Amino acid sequence: MEVVVDPRAPPQFEKRAQGQLKPPSHFGDRAFEWLTLAMALAVVVLIFLVGWQLARGSNLAIKRFGFSFFSTSTWDPVAEQFGAWPFIYGTVVSSLIALIIAVPLSIATAVYLTELAPLWIRQALISLVEMLAAIPSVILGLWGIFVMIPWLRDYPFPFLKRTLGWTPFFSGPIYGTSMLAGGIVIAIMIMPIITSVSREILRSVPNLQREAAYALGATRWEVTRIAVLSYAKKGIFGAVILGLGRALGETMAVTMVIGNTPEVAASLFAPGYTLASVIANEFTEATTDIYLNALVEIGLVLFIITILANLIAQVLLKTIATASTTRAVQ
Amino acid sequence: MQTFFAGFCGLLLLAGAGKAHAQMTINGAGATFPYPIYSKWFDEYAKVDPSVRFNYQSIGSGGGQKQITAQTVDFGASDGPMSDENLAKAPGKILHIPTVAGADVVAYNLPGNPALKFDAETIAGVFLGNIKKWNDPKIAATNPGTNLPDQEIVVVHRSDGSGTTYIWTDYLSKVSPEWKQKVGTNTSVNWPTGLGGKGNEGVAGQIKQTPGALGYVELIYAIQNKMPYAEVKNSAGKFVKPSLESITAAMATAQIPDDFRFSITNAPGEESYPIAGATWLLVYEQQKDAAKGKKLVEFLKWALNKGESMAKDLDYAPLPDSLRDRVLKRVDEIKM
Repeated sequence: MEVVVDPRAPPQFEKRAQGQLKPPSHFGDRAFEWLTLAMALAVVVLIFLVGWQLARGSNLAIKRFGFSFFSTSTWDPVAEQFGAWPFIYGTVVSSLIALIIAVPLSIATAVYLTELAPLWIRQALISLVEMLAAIPSVILGLWGIFVMIPWLRDYPFPFLKRTLGWTPFFSGPIYGTSMLAGGIVIAIMIMPIITSVSREILRSVPNLQREAAYALGATRWEVTRIAVLSYAKKGIFGAVILGLGRALGETMAVTMVIGNTPEVAASLFAPGYTLASVIANEFTEATTDIYLNALVEIGLVLFIITILANLIAQVLLKTIATASTTRAVQ
Repeated sequence: MQTFFAGFCGLLLLAGAGKAHAQMTINGAGATFPYPIYSKWFDEYAKVDPSVRFNYQSIGSGGGQKQITAQTVDFGASDGPMSDENLAKAPGKILHIPTVAGADVVAYNLPGNPALKFDAETIAGVFLGNIKKWNDPKIAATNPGTNLPDQEIVVVHRSDGSGTTYIWTDYLSKVSPEWKQKVGTNTSVNWPTGLGGKGNEGVAGQIKQTPGALGYVELIYAIQNKMPYAEVKNSAGKFVKPSLESITAAMATAQIPDDFRFSITNAPGEESYPIAGATWLLVYEQQKDAAKGKKLVEFLKWALNKGESMAKDLDYAPLPDSLRDRVLKRVDEIKM
C-alpha cells in the first residue's frame, strides 16, 4: 500500500554532494542500506509466501470447483458442495456500509480535534477515541448482541423500514442480527484508526496554509475546506484505505451480529455472512480434506480481495494526485 | 555480554534437562466441549502421579482428529467419532475411548416462558422451515392448555462447527427422512432456515434477545445460565426432561458397537433423553513410546474408575457402569 508522505520529513539531500571529501568509510551507510532493503524485501517475500501457502492449501478445492467456487452460492459441508459467492458479497457489502458510516464521522472528528476543539476537550476526546480502538473485538461483539441489536431492532430499524421500506434495501422482516448490524459494528471498529491517522495528517498541514487562506479573507469553514482538507486529501484517503483493510478482515465482532447465513439478499435487514467469519466459525471442526481446502480457499479469496482493494486504492490515489496537480498548474 | 548470553543459554538448557528428567509430558489436543472436565482430571491426576504432566489444547474436534492422525500428539479428543475415511489415513489403529456425555436442549423465548413439550416431527418441521408459526397445530398438539401466540418462529442455530450441532443434526437425520435427505449430519450443515449464532453464548444471546426465538444449546450451558428448555418425546413415546440421568440412561440402552463409534441420539428406553451424545479420547492401539503409553493407560483407567464420579459436579453425564466396564477392557488391550 502507498504510504502517506509525511510533509514534516526533512528534505532529501543529494547523497554524493559531500563525496569529494572522501570520508574514511561508507561501510555504515551501505550496511544500513542493505539492511533496510532486506527488511523491505522480507515484506514482499512474506506476502508471496502467504499467497503461495494459501493456494497450495486450497489445491483440492480449486481443482474440484474451479471458477464456480466464486460464483455459486451453496455452502454444504455434508454434500461437500462449496461456493463462496454469499461470503464475498457479505464481506464487500458489510465493509462498504462500514465505510459509509465511519468515513464522514471520522473525518469530522479529526477536523474538530485539530482545527476547532479547545485543548481540554481535545485531550479527553483523543484518549476516548484511542480507548475505543483498544476494546477487544469479542467484547464489542457481545455488546452488539446484548445492547446494540435489541436497540437497533426496536428503534432505528423500524424507523428505516417506515421511511425507506419502499426500497429493496430496507424491506423484509427485522430480526436485529443483519448485514446492517454487521456494518455498524465494523464502522465502530474502524473509526478510531481512520480518526487517528486523519488527525495526524491534518496536524501536519503547515500553518502557512491556514494563514494564507485567512489572509485572503476566508472564513473558518473555507480555510478548513480549501487550505486544510484539500491539502491533506491524499493522506486522508490513505487513512480510509487503512480502515477498509481492517474492515475486510474483521472477524469476531461481525460474526456475533451478522446472523451467519450464507445468502445473498438485497435487504440490509437480512442476515449475511463474511469470508473471515466462515473461516473462524468452521475451521476448528472441519474434518474432511475437501472441506478444509474450501475453507483455505476462502482465505485465498479474502487475500485476493484485500490486494485488489489496495490496487484500486492506488489507482484512485494517482488520479486524485494528477487531478490536483493539473488544477495547481492551471 | 557474550558470556552473559552463553551463561543464560546454559541455564535454560539445565532447567529444561532437569525438568525432562523429573517429569514426562503427555500431549493431547481436540474437542472444546469436554475441556473443563479434562482439565479437572489432569489437575487431580497430578496429585495421584506427579511424575507425569498432561498438556491439553482445546483446538476443536477437527484439529484433534488431524493431530492424532499426524502423530503430533499422544492422544486426540473428538465430539464425533472419526469417519472410516479419516481412520484409514492414520498410520495405525486408533481406538475410541468414550469419556463423558452431554445433551442438546431446545431453548426458546416466549412471553412468560411457559414449559413446553416437543416431539421429533415438530422439531424437524421447525428446523426445516415447514412449521413457521408458534400457534401451529403440531406445536399445540403436544402443549394442550398453553397459550401459543400467532407469532413467527425465529430459528437460531450454531454458526460455528461444533459437536453440539453434530448431535443435533444426527438426531434430526434419525427422526426425519426429509432432513436426512436434504441436510444430513455434520458439525456444520447447510441450514434450510434460521439465524446463526457463534458458540453457545451466541445462540443463547440471540434467543434471549429475540421474542419468538427457538434454538438449541448444550445442556450444561442451559443449566448454568438458568435458561428455560423443553421436554422432548423419546422413541418410547415418553416426554423426558434433559438431565444427566436421562443422558446416562440413553447410553445404557443404546446399541453400542465394539469399536465404540456409537451414537446415542433417539436411543430406546422410557427414561432416555433422545438428543444426547458422547465425547471421545482417541489413542493408538499400538503405542510408539512404551513409557508414555504405560502412563497414558494408567491415566485412562484412573479417569474411567475415579474420574467419572467428578463428571456430575461439572454437569457432564458419566458413562453407565455396563459401558464403562467394556471400555476398561478395551483400554487393557492397548499395546506398548
